[in-house]
Amino acid sequence: MIDFLNRLFGREPSSTTARERLRLVLLSDHLSLAPDVIEALKGDLIEVISRYVEVDAANCDVTFEQQETRVAMLANIPILGMRSRHVPRPPAPPAPVAEAAAATASAPAASPNGAATRRRRRRKAPGISSPATQAT
Amino acid sequence: MLHDVLPTEQTAAAAVPQARGRAIVVTSGKGGVGKTTTTANVGAALAAGGATVVLVDADVGLRNLDIVMGLEARVRHHVLDVLEGGATLDEALVTDKRVPRLKLLAAAQAREKDDVDTDAFHALIDSLRERFDFVLIDCPAGIEMGFTNAIVAADEAIVVCTPEVSAVRDADRVVGLLGERRTVQLIVNRLRPDLVRKGKMLSVDDVNAILRLPLLGVVADAPDVIVATNRGEPVALDADSPAGAAYRAIAQRITGALTSAPEIPRERTFFGKLFGSRS
Repeated sequence: MIDFLNRLFGREPSSTTARERLRLVLLSDHLSLAPDVIEALKGDLIEVISRYVEVDAANCDVTFEQQETRVAMLANIPILGMRSRHVPRPPAPPAPVAEAAAATASAPAASPNGAATRRRRRRKAPGISSPATQAT
Repeated sequence: MLHDVLPTEQTAAAAVPQARGRAIVVTSGKGGVGKTTTTANVGAALAAGGATVVLVDADVGLRNLDIVMGLEARVRHHVLDVLEGGATLDEALVTDKRVPRLKLLAAAQAREKDDVDTDAFHALIDSLRERFDFVLIDCPAGIEMGFTNAIVAADEAIVVCTPEVSAVRDADRVVGLLGERRTVQLIVNRLRPDLVRKGKMLSVDDVNAILRLPLLGVVADAPDVIVATNRGEPVALDADSPAGAAYRAIAQRITGALTSAPEIPRERTFFGKLFGSRS
């Protein structure tokens, strides 16, 4: 009877839920078990972003977080300043805040290591000459 | 019952002794998925098929293979006695009462896994391979020292997995640890066909879509396995049991006598339930 009602109201079978949960957890497991892959990815990310902005390579952080329905990559890449020759349009005024453009496909708002709070703090300090912004 | 599964000309021929025996570790990562039951039954089926087999219980401290085999009263020495020189290999090997080609080397109960010297264990398995067609190693749960010791001398592995998220995740981890060097095959254990049909259990395909291993066999969660274990009689030697048939087919796939894809257990019919029950 409960089976019938579940089907009537479109609740998916538990085996489907199990399959999906396993898919996510194993993706996450495999990522955490492949530190060399993550290091390589981090290096490439920094390299690409560095073509446009000056980044604080020593303090970059790339992590993966399992969420309810997906696994997200969280890249925390502090930006030190603009690279002048990559400023796209000629009369661009010197940017007071460099907005990083390295958001991922499914970028969440906060990273697990408190990047969001750090970002907020930094935005409240306009006096800093080269404010760092995180792309998450 | 027993005589039905004892070797025929064909199966005995299929298990022709090789120059050196095959060392196969039975592992899973997660505990309680049926490693010991699988070791006992695959071993019994291989021996019933004509091969010489030794079962090595590598689960030091939690010895169970002897009781599952019904040989607990005959164990005099254990694997650590042999490794440490307290007993000879021949003194420690227990001969199965039903199939004398089948021997058991029990684990030490009052010792710890870390007491096993990896190199000495490796050498022991190597020496067993000189004497037997098959050396089946019952691996402890976990991925610590006991696991490392159990897999070190094996170049083949059977991963036992139940259709549960925890077992699949652990099996996936273990497959990674077994490395590329070893041949790894899968047994899906305790499948409930009725639950799979209702969408309440992962199917064999669901499990293997993740693990992607050659499928050696599928064993249903059946009362006859529990009953046989209660009695200390490997269900593989029961000619009337579907689970026994599954274990025998697994043994034949291991020897190469059977090459067809494993059968997926089906639900028992009403009449099957009515007349097929045991106690």
